[in-house]
Amino acid sequence: MIGFTLKGIVRDRSRSLLPVIIVSIGAMLTVAGTGWIKGIFGDIIAMNAKYSTGHVKILTAAYAENESQAPNDLALTDISSLLSSLKKDFTGVEWVPRIHFGGLIDIPDSSGVTKYQGNVVGRGVDLFSAGSRENERMNIAPSIVEGKLPENGKEILISHDFAKRFNLKPGDKVTFFGSSMNGGMVFSELTLCGTIKFGSQILDRGGIICDVSDAQQMLDMEDASSEILGYFKDDIYSEERADSLRSTFNSVYFDPGDEFSPKMLKLSEQNDLDEYLAYADRMGTIIALIFIFTLSVVLWNTGLLGGLRRYNEYGIRLALGEEKKHIYFMMLYEALIVGIIGSVVGSAAGLSFSYWLQETGLDFGDSFGNITMMMPQVFRARVVPEMFYIGFIPGVVAMLIGTAIAGIGIFKRDTARLFTELEV
Amino acid sequence: MNKDTIIRLERIVKNFPVGTGYFTALNNITLKFEKGEFAGLVGPSGSGKTTLLNIIGSLDTPTEGKASIMDKSLIGLSHKESAQLRSKHIGFIFQTYNLLPVYTVYENVEFTLLLQKVPLSERRKAVMEALEWVGLTDKVNSKPSMLSGGESQRVAIARSMVKKPEVVLADEPTANLDSVNSHHILQTMKKLNEELKVTFIFATHDEKVMQYLSRIISLADGKIVGDTINPNHGSNAQ
Repeated sequence: MIGFTLKGIVRDRSRSLLPVIIVSIGAMLTVAGTGWIKGIFGDIIAMNAKYSTGHVKILTAAYAENESQAPNDLALTDISSLLSSLKKDFTGVEWVPRIHFGGLIDIPDSSGVTKYQGNVVGRGVDLFSAGSRENERMNIAPSIVEGKLPENGKEILISHDFAKRFNLKPGDKVTFFGSSMNGGMVFSELTLCGTIKFGSQILDRGGIICDVSDAQQMLDMEDASSEILGYFKDDIYSEERADSLRSTFNSVYFDPGDEFSPKMLKLSEQNDLDEYLAYADRMGTIIALIFIFTLSVVLWNTGLLGGLRRYNEYGIRLALGEEKKHIYFMMLYEALIVGIIGSVVGSAAGLSFSYWLQETGLDFGDSFGNITMMMPQVFRARVVPEMFYIGFIPGVVAMLIGTAIAGIGIFKRDTARLFTELEV
Repeated sequence: MNKDTIIRLERIVKNFPVGTGYFTALNNITLKFEKGEFAGLVGPSGSGKTTLLNIIGSLDTPTEGKASIMDKSLIGLSHKESAQLRSKHIGFIFQTYNLLPVYTVYENVEFTLLLQKVPLSERRKAVMEALEWVGLTDKVNSKPSMLSGGESQRVAIARSMVKKPEVVLADEPTANLDSVNSHHILQTMKKLNEELKVTFIFATHDEKVMQYLSRIISLADGKIVGDTINPNHGSNAQ
């Protein structure tokens, strides 16, 4: 009987082609939508990792508690020794020190007297070390509007908006005023080597970037940094790897009784990113449910139309002695086959499209006009293992639900009218 | 009880609800059919022929009375029991052939045996035998759309006969056929009736069919108005 049913599906295109096309489209959209959502949330997480959290982050427990205030008096110390241990013990990870700081930029007139002053938020990143990927990671060079990257000590990039507001140009001298790691006042004369678009309101209002060694020097943070970020060398965040790394590190280095001992946090423990990760999963589920519901309604109607078209066939089969229940299960069996075929085709199409989007991406750089550090110019999907089966959920379930609802009519069929109906 | 009585109907009444009242389609029908009869229910439209076929074929149940086929009561059967009865013991031939259009001649005939889960080798033998009875062994792979009306009805006969049923019910089987094909079909059914001792019951008002019937039961307004043996059946056909 199964072979008989399969022959019917293969030969009767209206029984199979339209439902297969509908299921394929639904499965493809589900898979591609999931890949897109995963890509977007992956970008958000990657962006956070690049600028703020790393895949893992080391800081003192005390600094972690007041991180929003950038309390450099609670910063990590003796970092050269810590970095050297990290590089030796955790070889699969790239370790980079960063310093966050705040202060005032004083802009003098031609005679050296203060003309303007503005608040700034600063980032000290490793731009000068050989092999450092911080420039590439933070998309700094492409975001420069005027001027160039810092190449020498005491050179800084400043936000383009800030520079425009105070009529600053590359080559101008400014003075930074801030507080040292020990609470004393510090000032330092700096050269503006370029202006940059951050893509963040706060940083665009007044942000500066300098090499981490300059920040250490300006803030009296010799061999110290606000934090050390760790990036997996394959650039892919893995919760399991991060979890294992954190456990290993904290068991060796972290002393709960010492608030200045280094403590490692994984990405998902910072900036509410665990919520984002959970949200990304929920979005995937919601997309699948939306497609299950929508496809069920569409396939229910397709099933009803098919049922009307095959009304005569079911009548003949009932008259010849096939049980209603058997016809109903054969309909569900057909639906299962069509659902699986459609899901395979749709999943393959969705995966191919997502893979293309993952590898090539959609480049909106030209459309946006203003390239910024924080705004990705290339939007990518991400192919994840669940995309190999998620298309089958709406594809098969919706097909079965749609057919199950449409097929209820079989049980209401009045056999007493078969002779009359079959002779029309 | 006569051991050759295959169908027994006693005081059958069938009412259909119409508005607040009801319409009586069959009124106190009592009939017996013996094994191997070639009988016909004749009468004008609305006389109750098809309703009676429905009850004999276990497609409908009477409002009152008793009905049995092969000593098995047709009253109170579940849908499953009715389906099994039809599947194994009753063949149907329709006016409009009602072949399954996406399946070949072979597969259409094979269908009822698939329902009964007959093994493949037996199935093949039975299907080919049935197609031989109706002279269509050269059309096994043809689709219904490639057949003439007469050929289609012969496939329908093969489909009804392949399971070797006790009873075949035929509702106006020649209504869509020309004279030559009608006679060919009727001769085929008559031959099967004689060779296999299958009981054929027709519902018809076609004179050509009546020529072949050995027994003619006339109905009018849901009542039997005549039940006669046709002594000349088949003798002057075509």
